Amino acid sequence: MGWVRSLFDSRYVGVVGLLVAVLAPFVTATTYSLSVMTSALLFAMLAIGLNIVVGYCGLLDLGYAAFFAIGAYTSGVLATRYGWPLLTTVPVVIVAAVLAGVVIGGPTLRLRSDYLAIVTLGFGEIIRITANNLAITGGPSGIYGIPGIDLFGLDLSGPVGFYYFCVVVVALAAIGAARLGRSRIGRAWRFIREDEDAAEAMGINTYRIKLAAYICGAIWGGIAGVLFGAQLSAISPPSFTFLWSALILMAVVLGGMGSTPGVVVGAVIISVLPEILRGVADYRYFVFGIMLIVLMVFRPEGLWPHRAVERPLRRSRRRQPVEEPPVESGSGGRLP
Amino acid sequence: MTNAELLQVRSLRLAFGGVTAVDGLSFSVSEGSIFSMIGPNGAGKTSAFNCITGFYRPSAGTVVLDGEDITRLRPSAVAARGVSRTFQNLRLFGEMTVLDNVRAGTHLTIRQNPLDALLHTPRFRRSEAEATAHAHQWLDFVNLRGDRAAEARHLPYGEQRRVEIARALARGPKLLLLDEPAAGLNHSEKRELLELLRRIGELGVALVLIEHDMGLVMQVSDRIVVLNFGKEIAEGTPDEIRKDPAVVEAYLGKDEEGDRAPRPRPKPLERTQENTP
Repeated sequence: MGWVRSLFDSRYVGVVGLLVAVLAPFVTATTYSLSVMTSALLFAMLAIGLNIVVGYCGLLDLGYAAFFAIGAYTSGVLATRYGWPLLTTVPVVIVAAVLAGVVIGGPTLRLRSDYLAIVTLGFGEIIRITANNLAITGGPSGIYGIPGIDLFGLDLSGPVGFYYFCVVVVALAAIGAARLGRSRIGRAWRFIREDEDAAEAMGINTYRIKLAAYICGAIWGGIAGVLFGAQLSAISPPSFTFLWSALILMAVVLGGMGSTPGVVVGAVIISVLPEILRGVADYRYFVFGIMLIVLMVFRPEGLWPHRAVERPLRRSRRRQPVEEPPVESGSGGRLP
Repeated sequence: MTNAELLQVRSLRLAFGGVTAVDGLSFSVSEGSIFSMIGPNGAGKTSAFNCITGFYRPSAGTVVLDGEDITRLRPSAVAARGVSRTFQNLRLFGEMTVLDNVRAGTHLTIRQNPLDALLHTPRFRRSEAEATAHAHQWLDFVNLRGDRAAEARHLPYGEQRRVEIARALARGPKLLLLDEPAAGLNHSEKRELLELLRRIGELGVALVLIEHDMGLVMQVSDRIVVLNFGKEIAEGTPDEIRKDPAVVEAYLGKDEEGDRAPRPRPKPLERTQENTP
């Protein structure tokens, strides 16, 4: 079993995942299958973002679809009402997502995480209802005619072009999240998840680090929202219900909290399985539900759980754990 | 050992509703010295620790570190000023590796921002290598024997205690507060702890211990404060404490009569001191 485990911990899982995504359209490239695969990618992006908040940092966010909505609406409004090319809206989307993250996370992250769950649940609904009532967001009928992606004159609005554009964006998002997870701030997120008091005692300002996780999640969600608008070319408030937040959270838990490859697999399953189950027509969500329950009963830690491993950095020494002479006292390191 | 006062606790008081956990506690710890807090269970020792490190906000009194009032700072700010601590019940990051646990102590010292991490800049690699080297160094210092790449929760209890001390040391403290470091350790582990505490003292780090093991306390401490029901009943050198009638009555006397849960007696430990060169 050891080699199987090391296979799953390997650095090359990302490369394999990318290859699968790149080659999938060569297996089936109907408009329908491309749209399912693109949705799966967007879902993966959302799961990767929510994983930073829930998986790394242990903060329960029940309103993640709000950031998704903020991204979709910000870019949609700018693109349709002011004629901005879609990609130029991304910086504004990021700013809007960060602001929303600060506004909602700022007061609530001072509290313990149960409160955060309740407040984020409300926040998700507030954003949706606001979009439903504002004139600029098109009210209940939403925004339509959102343009596709145009990358320096390269038209990526067709299903194939857009799919590959999403592959690139989601791959970068996955690499980014995984790299953050293995850095100073990523360790701090995990310290907080493991034991907030002990993290605080190590000089980690847990409030600020939690806010950073929340803001990162918001940015990932906002960018996924831009892609969502570009894919469907129309968005409306019912696209951002609590069900979305719940499904994204389900993808994270199902895949394995804290594990980037895990949540990508979880997201693909959550988004593709209902399509595969179309054969059982009306019962498909029933079968889907049963399968999820069975899975969580037999594999509560998720399909591909995160495991703590030490990856030697390039140029770093590999140490033998046992036969090391103790450091002479006095030379014991930098002390103030 | 210098005589400069590193930590000064002045008439510290902590009340939870009607219960006064700490009542007018004052003491000071000089640089590089070993100070112990003893007293029966529930005497307010851990509460006092929590007030010093910012986890509790005292109802009255001040905590001064190096001339700076740190009473109302949040725990991370207290830690950033050079105060590290361990917890009474082990508080390791159980599902993270031993090395990651100790890297926690380097959080404030390594220079790296999220952009470095996203792009894996040379600065990122350098700071990560530095954090790893630093973690190894402190694990060497505490003589950790277990696998450093393993999850911390899989180590034996005694080793986990060492990891916790290594983590606190990696923060680079001027003052280290250890809450019952000998609890649950066997005889030989206690002897190693004693030696470790002395080596920490030699680094110039001031230590404040909460400890029930009288043998250990009497051997390592420069000064001792005795608490009972939140009140300070005596303060002095180990010799003064041993002779203090109030202490003997409130604490040591009971111990002699065997009222308390059986713990290793002071005597075997005193013998080990003779054996140590």
